[in-house]
Amino acid sequence: MDNRTNIERTSERELVVTRTFNGPARIVFEAWTKPELFMRWWAPKSMGVPILSCEMDVRTGGTYRLAFGQDAATSFAFFGKYLEVTPPSRLVWTNDETEDAAVTTVTFEEKDGQTLLVLHELYPSKEALEANRGAEDGLPEQFGQLDELLATLTASA
Amino acid sequence: MVQYETTRLDASFAALSDATRRGVLEQLGRSDASITELADKFHMTLTGMKKHVGVLERAGFVTTQKVGRVRTCRLGLRRLEEEAAWIESYRQVWAARFDALDEVVEQLKRREKIDG
Repeated sequence: MDNRTNIERTSERELVVTRTFNGPARIVFEAWTKPELFMRWWAPKSMGVPILSCEMDVRTGGTYRLAFGQDAATSFAFFGKYLEVTPPSRLVWTNDETEDAAVTTVTFEEKDGQTLLVLHELYPSKEALEANRGAEDGLPEQFGQLDELLATLTASA
Repeated sequence: MVQYETTRLDASFAALSDATRRGVLEQLGRSDASITELADKFHMTLTGMKKHVGVLERAGFVTTQKVGRVRTCRLGLRRLEEEAAWIESYRQVWAARFDALDEVVEQLKRREKIDG
């Protein structure tokens, strides 16, 4: 099984991430839609920022809210609304923390006991997608990312 | 898909491994500057700053242009490389998440087996 994570910018406004999981779609879908499971993988240690809380009302029109940070004082939240919930094959949600945030669609396609996951992000504009990388006034952030990349490359060398 | 030319990447990381050079890029992100201005800003000799700018220039982060006696530095045209690096860092976030998700999936599968 090829379990590499692939990413492609498919247009000026779209990013697509694909990954195959060794399990049926209902299980992978469950891990995306139950807060206690979701919290175990969405912010792995290597990201450096833990999830403080996770609330999900997983149904069409329902909302979610994710808080990250070391503690309540430094926390920041991501939140939005589920536009479509079709177990176990499709999830669509908005990211409402900024006007520039994407609409995210995740599809789960099962074949021979494995699940191909496709995550698609559609940004409101080319600028919005590119602002996400912090290039405009966020050069230091980008260097931080490059530093992380360097550390990873060094570690795996 | 994202692919790097290794030597190019090496040059990029070498260029970015130095705090002064990162500071210079940050500064040039705000406005173009002459080598003299950069040397003053970072409390360095002209020769020292020329060396740093040279490293950044060879890595493609900076371009310089001499007009009269003044050499002006500006950020280089590295948009493609920047995008490649950005997308790669983004991919790594997802890769880390999905490796963790693998473990959750494995555990759920075992649970299903036990529960029958």
